[in-house]
Amino acid sequence: MKIDRRDFLSLGIGAAAGIGAGTALSPLPWKLIDDSSIWSQNWPWTPVPPDGAVSFKNSVCTLCPGGCGITVRKVEDRCIKIEGTKGNIVNNGGICILGLSGLQLLYGPTRVKAPMKKDGGRWKEISWDSAIDEIVKRLKNIRKEGKPESVACVSGTDQGTVAQLIGRFLTAYGSPNYIRTSSIADSYEIALKKLHGQFSSIGFDFENSDFVLSFGSGVADGWGSPVRMFKANSKWKDSKDKALYQIESRLSNTAAKADKWIAIIPGTEAILAMGIANVIIQKSLYKKKLIEKYSKGFNNFKALVLKEYSPEKVSKITGVKKSEIIAIAKKFAGASRPVAICGSGQGRTPGSIFEFMAVHALNALIGSVNNIGGVFSVPEPDYIKWTEAEKDDVAAKGIKTDRIDGAGKKYPDTRYLINRLIDSINSTGDSPVELLFVNGANPCYTMPDTENVIKAFKKIPYIVSFSSYFDETTEMADIILPNHTNLERLEDIPLAAGLIKPVVGLSMPVVEPECNTRHIGDVFIQMAKLMDGNIKASFPWNNYEECLKKTLGDKWDKLARDGYWVDENSRASRGIFDFTPLVKNNRNLVKPEGKSKLTLIPYDSMRLTVGYIGDPPFAMKTVEDTILKGNDVFVEINPKTAADYNLSEGDKARLTTSKGKAKVRVHLYDGIRPGIVAMPRGLGHTEFDEYLAGKGENFNKLIGPVEDPVSGLDAAWGIQAEITKT
Amino acid sequence: MSTIDDKATEVPEDAAGESAETVPPEQEKEEVAEKKEINKGLVIFVFIAAFVASLIVGWILFPMVLYTQENQPIDFNHALHLEEVENSCESCHFFREDGSYAGVPKLAQCVDCHDEVMGDDPDELAFVENYVQKNIEVPWLIYSQQSDCVFFSHAAHVKAAKMDCVSCHGDIGESTSLKVYEKNIITGISRDIWGKNIGGIKLHSWDRMKMNDCAKCHKEETGNQGACFQCHK
Repeated sequence: MKIDRRDFLSLGIGAAAGIGAGTALSPLPWKLIDDSSIWSQNWPWTPVPPDGAVSFKNSVCTLCPGGCGITVRKVEDRCIKIEGTKGNIVNNGGICILGLSGLQLLYGPTRVKAPMKKDGGRWKEISWDSAIDEIVKRLKNIRKEGKPESVACVSGTDQGTVAQLIGRFLTAYGSPNYIRTSSIADSYEIALKKLHGQFSSIGFDFENSDFVLSFGSGVADGWGSPVRMFKANSKWKDSKDKALYQIESRLSNTAAKADKWIAIIPGTEAILAMGIANVIIQKSLYKKKLIEKYSKGFNNFKALVLKEYSPEKVSKITGVKKSEIIAIAKKFAGASRPVAICGSGQGRTPGSIFEFMAVHALNALIGSVNNIGGVFSVPEPDYIKWTEAEKDDVAAKGIKTDRIDGAGKKYPDTRYLINRLIDSINSTGDSPVELLFVNGANPCYTMPDTENVIKAFKKIPYIVSFSSYFDETTEMADIILPNHTNLERLEDIPLAAGLIKPVVGLSMPVVEPECNTRHIGDVFIQMAKLMDGNIKASFPWNNYEECLKKTLGDKWDKLARDGYWVDENSRASRGIFDFTPLVKNNRNLVKPEGKSKLTLIPYDSMRLTVGYIGDPPFAMKTVEDTILKGNDVFVEINPKTAADYNLSEGDKARLTTSKGKAKVRVHLYDGIRPGIVAMPRGLGHTEFDEYLAGKGENFNKLIGPVEDPVSGLDAAWGIQAEITKT
Repeated sequence: MSTIDDKATEVPEDAAGESAETVPPEQEKEEVAEKKEINKGLVIFVFIAAFVASLIVGWILFPMVLYTQENQPIDFNHALHLEEVENSCESCHFFREDGSYAGVPKLAQCVDCHDEVMGDDPDELAFVENYVQKNIEVPWLIYSQQSDCVFFSHAAHVKAAKMDCVSCHGDIGESTSLKVYEKNIITGISRDIWGKNIGGIKLHSWDRMKMNDCAKCHKEETGNQGACFQCHK
């Protein structure tokens, strides 16, 4: 039989029809369609939390100084979600975007997973024992050379057992150089010391205030304890007899939500406060009896404000209308529980002490100091009652040497001067710091004039970082001893963010450590034991947990149960209010550096963290495209000013200051005073991970420190800049 | 295409052009008819062969390729355990305090009785040595595990609607050993969800657990087959 082409076609069609019919009558196509749909709805590479028992663990968030209580939902051993703890004294169930994103900081791929040592410019994993041995060897050598004071520590806090353990280690070792990074906490502390005569932290009774006069404080942008402030702000908004007036040169989120926005010329807030004081005194709206009984130097103050700060004069300097100054003063003095606050944006950088004193004086004038709805001078929580660290001859000699940052000398009320640390390293041939510990701080990103800071850090022979992330400062380190992250760590957290009583929170380990990290408290106890002599003797504890439990004593149970402990017995410092320091320093305004026409100012947003922790990917995703588009950061500029520079929306431009240059894009914004350029903080990281590094520009690169004449702290709030279209 | 069409017009009689000159017309017709018969028969044969082959592929070979057979890490005797416990299935497959369903027991529950080897069963020995002593959870393969996009609440069915375990899980409680787990190579889920019968033929309520089966039962029991978001969160 011969099969020709025609037969072949017929047979082919027959076979195809047979296959078609047979397949259609088999389950094959229908099953494949079903399976494909299941597969495509459950991409196998998408991570899915495991099934298992759900549990909730309470802790305290340590990602910012806010000290919110957090409740972590877990499925078996995996954390699934972080929520605010209901009933917590600070945040009562609320949580911010950074706290919410905390899981990415725990499980993210870019953590420091084990101790690391820099070897030929690259990080190499080493064992804990060899890492600690290496550091101890160096510490012993430095001590042998008789230079114990050349060992220093830069830390985000000086409170709590961990900070105190490090401080104790330095004291026993013989160094006075424990340095806290600066913030408005320093400014308030110094202002209170000058006006009340004693050291204390500031506390605000916002929940009971009925009128809040904010000198640039971003109460809806992350100032103070952010979640507490959101809640307080909502209360003020919801109630007709409560109000918030925002004095700020830019229409921030806070200004937009305020009852009134006063667009002041930046840097003149202290003058406005003095102008308001003028009206209050002139019109006799202040609490006369209170002032007579509990203050001194009032007459000089009165004479000064009446002479120098008339509404006319103040209006010219601040750009706020005379009638408005009078209206604000009347409103403020007429409210039943008013409070005036300051510290711009999130308050992460210190300010002018003149401004802080002037604003605080307003509270004093109308009786809001240590009064319901007002401000309180709160003593630091007093629960760490260790015996003094033992000092041998080397330690006794070393501890008496001058601090490297010069704090306490020229400016007796300033306890830490980190900006001067950088200068003193850069101004000498050899670095006065031989070995530096860095904990809970990222100065190579957060400090002004970043280039200069990096230069100083490069000069330090040996840097030990305790960071769990590869941040900018850690990249400068020689060795990393990664601490547990906030969800893995046991630690007492004294809350410094403006509560009216001393409160201590307890951060509890919610999960077992994910990586080969170690608690920083244990590391210092271990190092002390290896140092022998008086240092060993100063650390009688076997481990950090034992140290913490013994320190807390009977407070431990309450802390473990509720997550916080309030020192109900503490009393606000009731010193006499002394107007004299304010009178003495009333001309000490902080002016921006440079001679250009434009002034560059920073602004803060809840969606961008500006502290030592970088924005986690989830938070980065929420940043609007008028702030960041691709890798470009936008600067805000008034359309009138933009027209002068021939700039339109979205234009690429170069921003130049005396400290550096940045490539930016332009966003025209009516909510900013002409002549000002505003740039967001929190961008332009060079380290962390691919979601953060290289996005935008770091504001700190463009600004330099300007010392406040009263405190010596960096109080720069802006810098003169040029902008050119590219 | 054009070549075929051209030739078709040249030879209108359906015969080969070359042989037409040498073969007498009568014989030619017979041969053509015979060939037509052969060809038709062959085409039908090929059709049936392809049809049958496709049926065999679809019904027999396809499931053999679609599912891989995996053995459970160790064998388990449900019947034996059911005799020992007091609270039927819920003794081991219990509800947690928060009302959620614990599913397959964890090692912690097993260890209550099996902290040491009991009897001389090799699976018991393997269980204690490989899992209990090393404190490793047994990676059981779960026949009834739905895909991740499905939310299912045991509490709603067992506690609220008072359904028994057998309605969905069949007589596994009476089994003396665990059957082979057949894993779908595309979806990764167990064959039991689609049903052992590849054609989807269902004799018992527990034979298949697809969405339509849920909807059918819901329709019968509640009068409504339910909304999407009830199960697909």
